[in-house]
Amino acid sequence: MNIKVAPSSGKIIMSETVEFGVKGPKDQIVTDPNHMFFEAERIPNFLTGSEVIKEAIKRCNLDMSVAYPITPQSEAAALIGELYAEGYVREYFRGENEFGVMGECAGAAFGGARVFTTTAGPGTLRAMENFPMWAGSRLPIQVVVTCRGVNSPLSIQPDTLEMYYLLETGMMIWHAETAQDLYDWILAGFIVAEQPDVHVPLALCCDGFFVTHTKDTVSLQSDKMCLPPYDPYRAPVPCMDMENPPIRMMRDPFVMKSNYISYMTHASWQQEVHAAVERSRKHTLVIMGGSLLETENLDREILIVASGTAVSQSREAIRLLNEEGIEIGLIKIKTIRPFPSQELLEATANAKTIFVPEFNIKGWLGREVRSLLPNNERVIAGPHVAGGMTMPSEVIVEEIKKSLGIKGAHMASRG
Amino acid sequence: MSEPVLKRINIRISGLGGQGAVTAAHLLAMAANKMGKFSISNPFFGAEKRMAPAESYVRVGPEKIFDRGELVFPDVIMVFHPQVITMQKSYTAPFYSGIKEGGLIIINTNVDLLTKEDHEYLEGLNVSVFECDATHLALEIGGTELSTNMAMIGACAGITKVVDLPALDKALQDRFGKKYIASGGTATLDEAIKKKYAKKEQLLEANNNTMKKSYEIAAAWAETASYAAALYEPA
Repeated sequence: MNIKVAPSSGKIIMSETVEFGVKGPKDQIVTDPNHMFFEAERIPNFLTGSEVIKEAIKRCNLDMSVAYPITPQSEAAALIGELYAEGYVREYFRGENEFGVMGECAGAAFGGARVFTTTAGPGTLRAMENFPMWAGSRLPIQVVVTCRGVNSPLSIQPDTLEMYYLLETGMMIWHAETAQDLYDWILAGFIVAEQPDVHVPLALCCDGFFVTHTKDTVSLQSDKMCLPPYDPYRAPVPCMDMENPPIRMMRDPFVMKSNYISYMTHASWQQEVHAAVERSRKHTLVIMGGSLLETENLDREILIVASGTAVSQSREAIRLLNEEGIEIGLIKIKTIRPFPSQELLEATANAKTIFVPEFNIKGWLGREVRSLLPNNERVIAGPHVAGGMTMPSEVIVEEIKKSLGIKGAHMASRG
Repeated sequence: MSEPVLKRINIRISGLGGQGAVTAAHLLAMAANKMGKFSISNPFFGAEKRMAPAESYVRVGPEKIFDRGELVFPDVIMVFHPQVITMQKSYTAPFYSGIKEGGLIIINTNVDLLTKEDHEYLEGLNVSVFECDATHLALEIGGTELSTNMAMIGACAGITKVVDLPALDKALQDRFGKKYIASGGTATLDEAIKKKYAKKEQLLEANNNTMKKSYEIAAAWAETASYAAALYEPA
């Protein structure tokens, strides 16, 4: 259970050695993120999620990106290649496979670079060994995970099961609902991940197709500004020089010896990595409007708790139920790791029934919520869809009506 | 007198891979966006293959739209290819599954592809069916069957009035008038259609003319049909 924390000093803390107002890539002006995020004028654009990833990275003062094509992130990866060609990204190449990509990202981050990549579904699982390695090495890499089905038979459609696998890797896990979240959080993600007391990787997840291939309105700042560069000298572990390994682990890994001290060292380091994820709260709060949740009408007896696209579908369901006089509250969870436990406990204190709709078969968010809340018979983990199925708002409506003993329409339709 | 307001309208486009069903949805949504309406569009397809089923969805309305994914209960269904019906190349069986009462179906065909039972079912729901010879229009005016999607968009706008022609023109300029990156398959098709014309302006003009002609034919049909455009007079 986390202790509720306040936003760190109410604004984003930056390195004291980086300069604002100087020129970045393509003559962009290096800008204080406090200005960029909270004050700069924004213009609405009508873009796909893939295009939005490009727009965000364009403003990230990015050192390096490694690409490997897998639907539904291929377009985004290709678009970052365009940015490299245009001069906005300093280094870019295609890896051999996702495992290689994540290893190459690690290499660059070890050397002190700001690194970004994208993957999805089977690619995420193929690369999996690298994620706890990134976290254990305290590499503030950002990977956008555009969730898709992972199991056979093949599916390229959205399914958030892969997030279940990522939960305990030691990375921060954020779940974007919309392209706007995705855009804002890519920019903010580097700033949070690179804080010296955090300095862990971020898996910024979104639902494939529903976000990546959907055209939606997104407000962007001018592309004449960019984030300050990553300052690797603020890192809690030194950046690596292969000639002079800075930490003994690199050359003679004492943690690989079989004795109690080595186990102890490893265990305490694992604790430290997960504690670093916890410490990200105070920085994340600043850029997420003061809460890791977004809530509506918490005084209602029935609440929906959701993350990602399930939030969007719930918003429509709530609209439909309102038309019938049934009033429902909503809790959107923005960060899965760190999990906003205390906030969720308070927000659900008066709820009689809590629905957790999800786009995966096992309902990992439902389990998290159930394991946290008292009187957890209140929690109905569902409805669930999986394998790329859509969750029409009507399905959520029917599930809620069923619990109220109201007979609904026949839902069987898609063949 | 105040302008009529558009009510929420959900459009499902069923086509085959390579026909531009996804591009059509994006164009309709972009046009709606340019008119200041709320809109969202997204595709649904398997691994990219020509002639395999491909669907896309457009939602347009007067307030912010959250809903995404497959459209299970559409107001309008557009069928871009006869095989959607004749070979069941559709994610639903039958292809009109979920159509709402008073809805509209636009089929790219020059013959009636529906059975007696289909007609009876749709009449029971007061669903209007417009047969639009979109491929013919595309060949005749656009000079290539790749403009079929333009004819279909034109027909949809002509009947539903969900967007107008100037907005569609602006969306078209946005999509084809500048550099655009999509998947490999889409990029190849973009190149294919660009090669048909000596200049980009000619491509835009031919597509625009196809859209406009189809709009006019469909609008004339709508005068005679019972379908009510998706507009309402504000109180």
